[in-house]
Amino acid sequence: MMKYIIAIVQPGRMEDIQRALSEIGISGMTVSEVQGYGRQKGKTEIYRGAEYTIDFMPKIKVELAVEGKLATKVTDAIKDVCNTGRIGDGKIFTLDLSEAMRIRTGEVGQAAL
Amino acid sequence: MFRFRFAKFASLASFGLMLAPLPALAAPDAETAFIFNSLSFLVHGFIVMLMAAGFCMLEVGLVRSKNATVQSTKNIGLYSIAGLMYWLCGYNLMYMDVSGYIGTLMPWSPADASITEAGYTGDGTDYAASSDWFFQMVFVAAAASIVSGAVAERVKLTTFLVFSGILTGIIYPIQGSWTWGGGWLSEMGFSDFAGSTIVHSVGGWAALTGAIIIGARKGKYTADGGIRPMPGSNLPLATIGTFVLWFGWFGFNGGSQLAMGSAADVAAIANIFVNTNIAAAAGVVVAIFATQILYGKIDLTMALNGALGGLVAITAEPLAPTPLLAAFIGGVGALLVVITVPLLDKFRIDDVVGAIPVHLVAGIWGTLAVCISGGASFGVQLTGIIAIGVFVSVTSAVVWYVLKAIMGLRPSEEDEVSGLDLSECGLESYPDFTRQS
Repeated sequence: MMKYIIAIVQPGRMEDIQRALSEIGISGMTVSEVQGYGRQKGKTEIYRGAEYTIDFMPKIKVELAVEGKLATKVTDAIKDVCNTGRIGDGKIFTLDLSEAMRIRTGEVGQAAL
Repeated sequence: MFRFRFAKFASLASFGLMLAPLPALAAPDAETAFIFNSLSFLVHGFIVMLMAAGFCMLEVGLVRSKNATVQSTKNIGLYSIAGLMYWLCGYNLMYMDVSGYIGTLMPWSPADASITEAGYTGDGTDYAASSDWFFQMVFVAAAASIVSGAVAERVKLTTFLVFSGILTGIIYPIQGSWTWGGGWLSEMGFSDFAGSTIVHSVGGWAALTGAIIIGARKGKYTADGGIRPMPGSNLPLATIGTFVLWFGWFGFNGGSQLAMGSAADVAAIANIFVNTNIAAAAGVVVAIFATQILYGKIDLTMALNGALGGLVAITAEPLAPTPLLAAFIGGVGALLVVITVPLLDKFRIDDVVGAIPVHLVAGIWGTLAVCISGGASFGVQLTGIIAIGVFVSVTSAVVWYVLKAIMGLRPSEEDEVSGLDLSECGLESYPDFTRQS
């Protein structure tokens, strides 16, 4: 069973994650800039005398599709790189992936990963 | 061979002549004075012209990116409209045969009476007519650009440009005729060297009436009395804009000496440059201290406003004060700005860039501060401030209301939320940031 892994982490972790994953043989991923919050509280800013709170903090979302037996290795690698012990480190979700296809060739399944 | 030696001899001889002591020059002759006077207007004038760019940078930097195109269009549009309106009717309404309350309504054209076929026949106290028109024109443009910052992000582009035309072609010139045009206020002894009231507060009153009548940006003030800040999109650009305005102010205040044909004039201009710079610098430092104390953090946008508040304050009298007094005047101007910015929010008057505190409040202070250096009486200054304030507020309000009925003042709510750039101009300022081509 293929797995789809979504990791939401602190910004600035992209290169570390890429290095850690390539060491275990992963050579592709998709990264997007997102905003989010969980237990990490927002920040209070003040602009021209008026206070406002920003609840949403910038985050990085890393997504990748892997073969089932690699999934735990991938999540462990990401966790090791992103764990600072502070609130706000992020979360990793693992979903079952029912199908995958390489657009150029039409390959499906493991061969597409 | 001979020619070469002769050339060498000739150049040595002329070099010797250069080293010989020159006869002491008398004060410049009349024509030289005329040239320097005109040069002062031209050079100081084009330095002030750059303030149009400064205002544009400052305002664009303090609005959100979805409104940057419209803000830029407003600035280049109003500068151009001012230049045309002041030629078509403004200058003569302000300066020609001023009856006490108003000049003459007709287009201006240059006429240099003292330059004849026989050469220059004047006494050296006058200047090229076009140089004066040019210098005055860039001042009008400055007044108009004050309004565009205050009412940004929720005024219709076309409506604003029409307002600018009326402000620069009619409202500003009429109150200008009362003072610089030789009218009733100048006869009373009202003193405003470079225009704390005549230029800056005029823009400020027009901005205030506009901000009130047009209303705040959607979502700025919540129903429960809260304030939602809308931070500017490009603070470095705003900072550079402030530097450009500061630079332009040397032309604004320096050129208002209105003459450069004598040593005394040039020394005055030099003193003016010094006081102008010190007032602005004091304004920045006071704003830095004040925001650090009030908010625990230095607010860059307030520091920028502080510089401008100091500059506006010194504009009414940049020559007479000592450097220490100039610093005081500039510092107090900045302090008033820092206090007024949140005060406007309390009254739910949405001034996007702080134009009202900087130009109106500091302008009033600067006009009254002339009394400190002994240049005017408090009563006369107050009379001028109030008379011009009432005149500009009432006429501006009338114009805003008429424009509201004819053209509408605001875009629709959805257009305002999605950004005026798309709805008013069909153009984005930064399309690549969201979409790669």
